[in-house]
Amino acid sequence: MLQDKDRIFTNLYGQDDWRLPAARKRGDWDNTAAIIAKGRDAVVAEMKASGLRGRGGAGFPTGLKWSFMPKKSDGRPHYLVINGDESEPGTCKDREVMRHEPHKLIESAMIASFAMGAHASYIYIRGEFCREAERLQAAIDEAYEAGLLGKNAAGSGWDFDFRIHRGAGAYICGEETALLESLEGKKGQPRMKPPFPAGAGLYGCPTTVNNVESIAVTSTIMRRGAAWFSGLGRPNNAGTKLMAISGHVNTPCVFEEELGVPLKEIIEKHGGGVRGGWDNLLAVIPGGCSVPVLPKSICETVLMDYDSLRAERSGLGTACMIVMDKSTDIIEAIARFSKFFKHESCGQCTPCREGTGWMMRMMNRMVQGKAEIEEIDLLEQVTKQVEGHTICALGDAAAWPIQGLIRHFRPEMEARIRQYKAAHGGTGLVQVPVGGVPVAAE
Amino acid sequence: MNTTWAPAEQPDNFAFDAESEAEIVNVLKKYPEERKASAVMPLLYIAQRQMGRVTGSAWIPLVAMDEIARRLEMAPIRVYEVASFYTMFNTKPIGRYHLQVCTTTPCWLRGSDAVTEACRKATGIHHFGETSADGLFTLTEVECLGACANAPILQVDDDYYEDMDGPRTEALIADLRAGRRPEAGPAINRMCSAPEGGRKTLLETSASSSDQK
Repeated sequence: MLQDKDRIFTNLYGQDDWRLPAARKRGDWDNTAAIIAKGRDAVVAEMKASGLRGRGGAGFPTGLKWSFMPKKSDGRPHYLVINGDESEPGTCKDREVMRHEPHKLIESAMIASFAMGAHASYIYIRGEFCREAERLQAAIDEAYEAGLLGKNAAGSGWDFDFRIHRGAGAYICGEETALLESLEGKKGQPRMKPPFPAGAGLYGCPTTVNNVESIAVTSTIMRRGAAWFSGLGRPNNAGTKLMAISGHVNTPCVFEEELGVPLKEIIEKHGGGVRGGWDNLLAVIPGGCSVPVLPKSICETVLMDYDSLRAERSGLGTACMIVMDKSTDIIEAIARFSKFFKHESCGQCTPCREGTGWMMRMMNRMVQGKAEIEEIDLLEQVTKQVEGHTICALGDAAAWPIQGLIRHFRPEMEARIRQYKAAHGGTGLVQVPVGGVPVAAE
Repeated sequence: MNTTWAPAEQPDNFAFDAESEAEIVNVLKKYPEERKASAVMPLLYIAQRQMGRVTGSAWIPLVAMDEIARRLEMAPIRVYEVASFYTMFNTKPIGRYHLQVCTTTPCWLRGSDAVTEACRKATGIHHFGETSADGLFTLTEVECLGACANAPILQVDDDYYEDMDGPRTEALIADLRAGRRPEAGPAINRMCSAPEGGRKTLLETSASSSDQK
């Protein structure tokens, strides 16, 4: 497990001051000009060598993403846009960076922007994080005052401006092209790709969108070196990661941990154990609500990293896990996510706009057991017809939790249906109406 | 999505006050001159805050949207569609205090039902979306607030009240009713999102207990 000496976010809990003098003492803004002096290619090469993969959920190699930006400007400005829209249920890590490590984020944004030829960066912060945005703005003001931002930022010879844009309550704006639409003053509806943002992003200019955490670790990786970072974790799953535990544990919290540590160990150490003991565990959703749920049997051994969780047909996602003990109605827990996705669908693509409603209504009946056993298969079919048929991944994200539920908890769903039938005087286990199975929408 | 317009409640005119004008100047500096439309969300926020300041109800009337459209050289419909797409823009009047209960799974697992029930009991509101008879409170169900390690969350206007339960919620609402606004953050013995009872990591750092709880 990770030792304190290897933690990047040393003020994660705000136990120390967030302001510039204290941040400097923690190592932020220490001769930033020397990092810039290494040159753009060297910074990208170092980030590639570190093995850092995107911390917002998709896990795409960060250094590689940066290298997609045009090497020379064709006259259009380049932009770095930082995704601080943190809205994936279960996820609450970037908030800590923005409010307790604002200078680490600003300095890293400057280095990253330099590496992609950008003189300006916007951070898109979810609207509800009002206090966090105020805190970050205060840190930005300090940085301008100290000459760390603006013309010849931090004496590096690079001009750099950093600005905040606040969202207003739409989950979909965490999708990178929806975020750009929103930043341009429109409804947050995702764009078709291609063109990719690196070709035509914000205002039609080359743009890279990165998660807050992916950016914020940059300054430390540049100081301590790619070898240090890639030496932590496992091959292809390098480094440290901000994680969180919510739900039925004794001490829910946010923390930084090495990738590749057993999930069970993490819950025991950071979460203080499952409420009522490990044997009281029912299931864990390992990385935000879009990734499929894992039953206890898998949680016994699985490692907390991209590839280990992928191998179990789930995912690391944002690495913010939701723990559920045996008192949980797992069907209702997942049905609540279906309501979430129904609420957050932007309405642009028909399979998602209509499908999230169908899924929600079917899931609500599954919670009661007011369904036919065959309808579990029908529900799964609906998820397959949404998955992969939409412009952005929200459709997929809505489908996966239900698929995970059916994969691991089908017996519970069937039992609920039987229970309902028994309670309401049904005779047979299966009662398919003459006209075929009932339609999904009631 | 947001609620439908209610024409009867719409005022006849709206003008930004001096405080808002000063904010607008700062906002417009953030975006390229020819990309003024980017300022539509910030300006909607400014209008909403001004309404809260002046009338006690933080919402955005249609005339304010028209004014924003004029300033940003946008078609009014473009402003309306932004205002109605994003849930944090209130397109009809709300109570003095906006109680926003997160009921998404992580909060639900830790007792958001009790928080909702306490809100109902303490305000007399029956359903989400309603405003209390005295006009003080509006109760809204919101989706994940992104503070799940501190669940359940009750957001009051711009502040997160964390690690809530029924009795704490009732006490908070009693305070608000009496004109007091208690300090936001965790309601239990913890520092921000650190584990309850003390942190388990970052023990080597020279941590002086700071201004944070």
